[in-house]
Amino acid sequence: MRKIVIALMVLFCFVLQGTLMQWIALGGIAPNLLIIMASAYGFMRGKKNGLLVGFFCGLLTDIFFGQVIGFYAIIYMYIGYANGMFHRVFFPEDIKLPLFLITVSDLVYGFAVYVLLYLLRGRFELPFYFLHVILPEMVYTIVLTVLIYPVNLKINRKFDEIEKRSEKKFV
Amino acid sequence: MSPVIKKKGEHFHLPSKYLLLILTVLCVGMMLITLTTDFTKGPLNGIVGAVITPFQAGISEVGSYLSERVDELVEIRDLLTENEDLKRQIDELTLQNTLLQQDRFELYQLRELYELDQSYEGYTKVGARIIAKDAGNWFSSFIIDKGTDDGLAVDMNVIADGGLVGRITVIGPNWARVESVIADNVNVSGMVLSTEDNVIVSGSLELMAGGKISFSQLIDSDNEVMIGDKIVTSNISDKYLPGIVIGYITQIDTDANNLSKSGFLTPAVDFEHLEVVLVVLDRKQTVGEP
Repeated sequence: MRKIVIALMVLFCFVLQGTLMQWIALGGIAPNLLIIMASAYGFMRGKKNGLLVGFFCGLLTDIFFGQVIGFYAIIYMYIGYANGMFHRVFFPEDIKLPLFLITVSDLVYGFAVYVLLYLLRGRFELPFYFLHVILPEMVYTIVLTVLIYPVNLKINRKFDEIEKRSEKKFV
Repeated sequence: MSPVIKKKGEHFHLPSKYLLLILTVLCVGMMLITLTTDFTKGPLNGIVGAVITPFQAGISEVGSYLSERVDELVEIRDLLTENEDLKRQIDELTLQNTLLQQDRFELYQLRELYELDQSYEGYTKVGARIIAKDAGNWFSSFIIDKGTDDGLAVDMNVIADGGLVGRITVIGPNWARVESVIADNVNVSGMVLSTEDNVIVSGSLELMAGGKISFSQLIDSDNEVMIGDKIVTSNISDKYLPGIVIGYITQIDTDANNLSKSGFLTPAVDFEHLEVVLVVLDRKQTVGEP
């Protein structure tokens, strides 16, 4: 049940990313919903969930927009996995850690894409790309995190409660 | 004891470390496969396209519907005053129109005279609506709502506003991905219309914001190419049909080697506000594989 809902969320976010996010893009820069998903499931549910959600987010991106299948999948997967390491210090009441982690994740994602797809082709103008793509995307993503992340958290809590109840039944 | 070994009565549990390793290998494998073969055109594409494209089309439609309604409310007042102005303009324009029609007639005659029949009015085209844009902010490609079912195929040219937008790179049954000429990883072989000199037109993320694309390798020792000259797709391009307008030169610089020139051009298409594009169904004739 939880798996189906997560899968639907990923699909939903991917569809929104290609459509609605492009409608509300400021200066041609759209926020990155998929990073929020991969990162949030990483620190909310642990490494395994993070890396799986990241993998499927990336795979969808690859199939529709990627040059090669598997490229974005790897980036998103490692981001999800790395966020999973912070599962231990994560408390649902605290919003500072999620905001910080998602910010760093988006930054890492931006740099990874720049290095692998731009720097290797001899595009060295890092300050330009940083100021015009990476930084705006990061700021916009944080703003959206404040809206999207609580929804994820609520869904996650609901399922935790359901699981606890069914455990009690057996005891 | 190894964590992978299954105990009796316990759920089989694969540690995330191993899962990460397996998926990494899988991804690298898929990258290699896609780089060496045409795997992406396979069934995977079709399945995912069938699931996601209807959603994208739906949401795009709802989004444009909403923004249209909002615009309508805002604009009603402006429209009233505008209406008055427009009525006045109509009179002027009718006069101009008659003049233009005469010009047009003349143009047709001249075209016949110079045998400029090759201009792209002769191509068969089909309209398509853009339903999604690239999920990242790094490249400029988009998805249109027609695919192989509508007779489209990879490498078909896409135009809008009478200028070149790009070409289809990936296609599914009911969708196709168009890579635009302003994308950072795209180079187009172009030609200056006035002098028939060949140039390489390459898109760039850095210039995209300024609405420009760059061109390079223009050999023009007699300084005949001027600012404002039209650049069209060249005859020697293997993907693009000849004679489609790419844009107009806005700046020319001599390269450090003093032999070739490079510079910038303004694309003929307004990439910021693309909504409907035309796909040219004719494809560039290529020499068959020996």
